[in-house]
Amino acid sequence: MVDPGTLTIAPTAGFSPAFPEDGLLDAYRLMVLARATDERCLSLQRQGRIGFYAPLMGQEAAQVGASRALSPEDWIFPAYRELAVALARGVSLRAIFDQLLGNADDLIKGRQMPNHFGFREVNFVVASSPIGTQITQAVGAAMAAQRRKDSLVTISFFGDGATSSNDFHAGLNFAGVYQCPTIFFCQNNQWAISLPRERQTHSATLAEKANAYGIPGVVVDGNDLNAVYGAVSEARARAISGKGPTMIEAEVYRFGPHSTSDDPKRYRTDAEVSEARERDPIGRLKELLITKGLWSEESDGKQWEEVRALVARTFESAEKANPLDPRSIFDDVFAQLSPRLEEERAEYDALVREGVMKP
Amino acid sequence: MNLVQAINRTLHDVMRNDPNVLVLGEDVGVNGGVFRATDGLFKEFGADRVIDTPLSETGIIGAAIGMALYGLKPIAEIQFLDFIYPAFDQIVSELAKFRYRSGGQYPAHVVIRTPYGGGIKGGLYHSQSTEAYFCHTAGLKVVVPSTPADARGLLLSAIDDEDPVLFLEPKRIYRSLTGEVPDGDARVPFGRARVAREGSDVSIFAYGAMLPLALEAAEKLAPDGISAEVVDLRSLVPLDEKAVIDSVEKTGRAVIVHEAARFCGFGAELAALLSEKALYSLKAPIVRVTGFDTPFPYALENVYLPNADRIAHAARSSVRAS
Repeated sequence: MVDPGTLTIAPTAGFSPAFPEDGLLDAYRLMVLARATDERCLSLQRQGRIGFYAPLMGQEAAQVGASRALSPEDWIFPAYRELAVALARGVSLRAIFDQLLGNADDLIKGRQMPNHFGFREVNFVVASSPIGTQITQAVGAAMAAQRRKDSLVTISFFGDGATSSNDFHAGLNFAGVYQCPTIFFCQNNQWAISLPRERQTHSATLAEKANAYGIPGVVVDGNDLNAVYGAVSEARARAISGKGPTMIEAEVYRFGPHSTSDDPKRYRTDAEVSEARERDPIGRLKELLITKGLWSEESDGKQWEEVRALVARTFESAEKANPLDPRSIFDDVFAQLSPRLEEERAEYDALVREGVMKP
Repeated sequence: MNLVQAINRTLHDVMRNDPNVLVLGEDVGVNGGVFRATDGLFKEFGADRVIDTPLSETGIIGAAIGMALYGLKPIAEIQFLDFIYPAFDQIVSELAKFRYRSGGQYPAHVVIRTPYGGGIKGGLYHSQSTEAYFCHTAGLKVVVPSTPADARGLLLSAIDDEDPVLFLEPKRIYRSLTGEVPDGDARVPFGRARVAREGSDVSIFAYGAMLPLALEAAEKLAPDGISAEVVDLRSLVPLDEKAVIDSVEKTGRAVIVHEAARFCGFGAELAALLSEKALYSLKAPIVRVTGFDTPFPYALENVYLPNADRIAHAARSSVRAS
């Protein structure tokens, strides 16, 4: 990597260290698990069993590669498409499904739409829908760690669209000024709903925007697990050793719709998607594994079968969980239930008692 | 024709009639808007007048202000009201104050269209009804249609107005509600409420997606011999104070409905108005049926949102009180 002020467009193999060989099969399984979950959830949404879903398909290598370069003490500030990051941090599939369903076991108590999860136990800060807001927050957490002299980094995940947000620019500026240990990890999936990357900004790359803030910006092939791992590892090493922040632009492609509310046929061609799918990060890693003699078509078929069954089984068990307690609507507005909310809860109880509202 | 079709047709009409009108926002062009409100505009009017912007609400509103200062008539779309806040500074500090701070030299007439409100399983950030923030800002007009005809009529008035207008679109009833929409100049003037149903025992004040629920509540009350009047406010700023007072002078009871949280919600202004100007007509305490004072929840949105039963219950308790 280079000094601030110089943009590197990195060749795929230009980063070190390489992804540890003994972790490749685990990374591959995670990517397959994320893909199988995506496929299942898109179909569950069509069946009306979940209300909404935002798939990540096409971004698995970027997410798993970045996650594996981090340490458990590092803080993740995700957007709402970071399923594979959560899985890589060790979040159980059941916990993900509980959130998608908003059932009684959902850690965030049904408060948010699907995909907007958060898991404090693994330093995965809860996501929101507004775009880019997590970027400045990740910078602030890094400034805090810097002040406490804690040896960790924070990382914000965001997309190409977020680079037009206020918070992206404020975040890069703060991080540059304070040289705090943070990584700006942009998954450029080429489409912000219907707006193609080239209409989002006139810059040749997104990463070069970091340079204006005195921060190195690098572009990596986000379909290459190894390249992403190397870039994030280097960025993390720089941050930990006091050399400040880095922005990484992982070039990927959003294979699916923006969300289940979106119809990409309105703005892009099937041919473009098919062409992008030829660079599928999962296919690419599978080939590498086979070439290395670590994997075979047969083991691959078996794993897909096993993973799909796991996904189906886990969702069905989550579906059987109890529904949320409606009275929990008043919790967590403040640390303590305010007198006013106490009154409103009593009002709700009375409405239920009188049969005006269903319990 | 449904509400979103009425908006779409009106946008087509005004853009055909006035070359100064243009539309800008996220996904409004090629995609036709995430709710299809701008469908077909890009094809007919091209990229110069139907502008797909980068993902920046402050960019959208700031640029719209600049266009308006220059003499164009920009209609800015904010994809969801929940996403308007990066532009809050441009709206409340700039747009609302341009005329005033320039002593009238620089009026900035921007129309901001934005879907708002719950009932679509949109959770915290695709459901909120935060009109009160904007009603509190002097210099902004705030209107909310609840029928396809009013969507056309109020939008025509918004585009003709001289002041900035926040045009709130109740997305829950974008498609669920159909009605006749007049052709041509069917402007609905601002500051004119509509009596959606006449009644004599209790007045129910509502707007947007709460209006059909208020009407449903009135139906539920009729068999009990309670005659409810339903008033559709349509325009929050300016508010038709006379219509609100007249109705309560007739019925003596007021139920105020909105999906926004109760505390400092628009209903508080209505309650204040009635206590200031119609106190002696009131036979019972004013009742507000609103969202609770919590953020808008995803899984429990049906607990949060007012429904016809809650409205009818409130009206009954109001009638029973005196």
